[in-house]
Amino acid sequence: MIALLVRDLRLAVRAGGGFGLGLAFFLIVVVLVPFGVGPDTALLSRIAPGVLWIAALLACLLSLDRIFALDFEDGSLDLLATSPLPLEGVAAVKALAHWVTTGLPLVLAAPVLGLLMNLPLAGYTALMISLMLGTPALSVIGAFGAALTVGLKRGGLLMSLLVLPMYVPTLIFGAEMARRGAEGLDYSAPMFMLAGISAGALALLPFASAAVLRVNLR
Amino acid sequence: MTCMELRVENLTVSRGGLPLLQGVRFCVASGQALILRGPNGIGKTTLLRTVAGLQPAVSGDVSVDLDEVCYAAHLDGLKTTLSVEENLRFWADVFGTDDVETALERLNLNELRTRHAGTLSSGQKRRLGLARLLVTGRMIWILDEPTVSLDAASVALFADVVRAHLARGGIALLTTHIELGLEDAQVLELNPFEAKGGANDSADEAFL
Amino acid sequence: MASLWEYANPLKFMRTSERVLPYVAGAALLCLVGGLVWGFFFTPDDYRQGATIKIFYLHVPSAMMAINIWVMMLITSLVWLVRRHHVSALAARAAAPVGAVMTLIALVTGAIWGQPMWGTWWVWDPRLTSFLILFLFYLGYMALWAAIDDDDTAADLTSVLCLVGSVFAVLSRYAVNFWNQGLHQGASLSLDKAENVADVFWYPALLCIAGFVLLFVTLVIIRTNTEIRARRMRALLAREQVA
Repeated sequence: MIALLVRDLRLAVRAGGGFGLGLAFFLIVVVLVPFGVGPDTALLSRIAPGVLWIAALLACLLSLDRIFALDFEDGSLDLLATSPLPLEGVAAVKALAHWVTTGLPLVLAAPVLGLLMNLPLAGYTALMISLMLGTPALSVIGAFGAALTVGLKRGGLLMSLLVLPMYVPTLIFGAEMARRGAEGLDYSAPMFMLAGISAGALALLPFASAAVLRVNLR
Repeated sequence: MTCMELRVENLTVSRGGLPLLQGVRFCVASGQALILRGPNGIGKTTLLRTVAGLQPAVSGDVSVDLDEVCYAAHLDGLKTTLSVEENLRFWADVFGTDDVETALERLNLNELRTRHAGTLSSGQKRRLGLARLLVTGRMIWILDEPTVSLDAASVALFADVVRAHLARGGIALLTTHIELGLEDAQVLELNPFEAKGGANDSADEAFL
Repeated sequence: MASLWEYANPLKFMRTSERVLPYVAGAALLCLVGGLVWGFFFTPDDYRQGATIKIFYLHVPSAMMAINIWVMMLITSLVWLVRRHHVSALAARAAAPVGAVMTLIALVTGAIWGQPMWGTWWVWDPRLTSFLILFLFYLGYMALWAAIDDDDTAADLTSVLCLVGSVFAVLSRYAVNFWNQGLHQGASLSLDKAENVADVFWYPALLCIAGFVLLFVTLVIIRTNTEIRARRMRALLAREQVA
C-alpha cells in the first residue's frame, strides 16, 4: 500500500503535472474573478470564501481523470487487481495520493490567494480548516467518479457531470464554514457536518470505487 | 515443494454478451506448462482473464489458488517516468518480495537499470514486463502473448526463465504463436471449443 | 400463485405487461383528464392565490413523482445488484428519463406558480435547489447509461451510481436546508388531514396524483419493453454472427 502511495507521488512529481497544474489553475480562477465582478474590495472580501472554495473544487476536478485512467491504459490496473493488494485499498490509496498532490497544495496556497481576494483577517483559520477537512472528501468522491468512467474514451466530461452534483454537500458546508469564519461567527456546526461528510466518504466510498473498478476491468 | 494445480472444467467464457468458447477443460499440474493456440479473436485473452479472476465465467469452474496467480497481459503496466529498477521495486513491494536483483540479472536488464522505462525499446519493455513475473514470487503464471516483440535471443532467455520456473514446481499457462522450445509443454488447440450459434450459455440467454 | 420473481424473465414480463398495458394506459388517461378537468374548471379559486392555485394540480403530482421515481430506481438497482434480473435494470433505465421530465415539470410549473406569488421566477430556496440537484443526478445517471456500450456493465455501473447518488442526494437535501431557509410553503399534502388543503382541492388533486402514477407505470412498461426488444435484437444479431 505504501509502495503504491510512494509510486503515485513519484509519478506525479516526475510527470510535472501533479503539483503544478492544479495550483496554477487555482490561481488563475481566483485571478479571473475580480475581472468578472469588478475590483470593489468590499464585494471581493464578501465573496472571497465562496470563490476560494469553488476555485479549489474546480482545481481538484481537473486532475481527477488521471487517478485511474493512466493505470488503466498501461495495464497496471489489471496487474494491481490481480496483486495481493485489495482493490478497495488501491482505490483508497490512489485517492489519498490525489489529495496529497492536489488537495494539500490547495490548502497551503489558499491563504495567499485569500490576500488577493481581500479575505478578512478573521477568516483565514476557518478557511484553512474547512479546506483541510473538505478536500479529502473531494478526492474520494472524485476517485469514485473516475472509477466509474475509467474505461470510457471521453470520460472526462461525463465524469464532471457525475461528480459535481455529489460535491454539493461538501461545497455547501465548506463554503458556509469559511464564510462564517470570515464574518466572525461561530463555525462549529458546519465544521462538524463537513468533518462528518469527509469521514463518511473516506470510510465508504473506496468500497464503491473498488466495486465499480472490478466491473470496468472485466 | 508445494503441490498445486490449475484445473478448468467445462468453462464457457463470453465477451460483450457473446459466447466465445464453451466447454473448455484442461488441467495443468505443478511443473507443467500449457500453451493455448487458436486464431485471432477466438477468445484466448478472454479465457486467460477469466482464469486469472478478472472476469466472471458464464458457466463452468476454474479451480485455482488466486493468491498464487500472476497475470501478465499484452500491456506490461510499466510507468514510463520510472526507471527500470523502480518499476520492478514497486511490484516487489506490492507482492511483498525482495528479489529485484535476480530478476534484473535473469532477464539481462542490468545495464538498463537506471534508464527510464519510457526510453526502452518495445523488446526491452517486454523483458522488463517479464522480469516482473520473477519478483512476484508466485507459482502460477498466466501469460498473454509473452513473446510479442522479443528477438530470438530474448525468446531463448524467456524460455530459460519459464523452464526454471517449471523446475521449481511452477505452472505456466500461456498463449503464443511461436515455438518456445519448451520440451514437455502441452499444447491445447482452442478451435474445437469455439462457441456454436446454438449455444445456450450466453449471458443474453434470458432475452431469447 | 407463482412467485413475483417469475416476471423477472424478460419475455414473461413482456407478455404479461403488454396484456395489462391497455388497462393501465386507459386508467391513466381517465384519471388525468378527470382530475385536471375537475381541478381546472370545477373548483373555486383560492381566496389568496386566485386562479394560480390551479397549477397545483400539475405541480404537486409531478414533484411527488420526481422523488418517487428516483426511489423506484434505487430499489430496482438494488434488485439488479443482488438478484441480477435484467428486467429490473432495464426498468431503472426506462424510468430515468420519465423521472427527469417529472422533475423538469415540477421546476417549470413551480417557476410559473412562483412568479405571481413571490414576484420572481426563481429563488435559491431549499426545495427548488434540491429539485435542481435531483435533476442533475437524473442527467448524470442517463448520461452514464448512454456512454457505456456493454449492457451488463452499464447496468452495474449505473446501479452503483444510483446507490451512491441517493446518499448524496439526501445529504444535499439537508445541506441545502442548512444553507438557506426558504420561501416555499410546507408540504401541501400529508396523510394528516388536519394540516391539509380543503377537501374541494384535495379530491381532484388525489385523482391527478393517481393519474400521474398510472401514467408513469404506462410509460415505464412501454419503455422497458422497448429496451427488452432492443436487447433481444442485439442478442439475436450477435448469435447470427457466431453461427
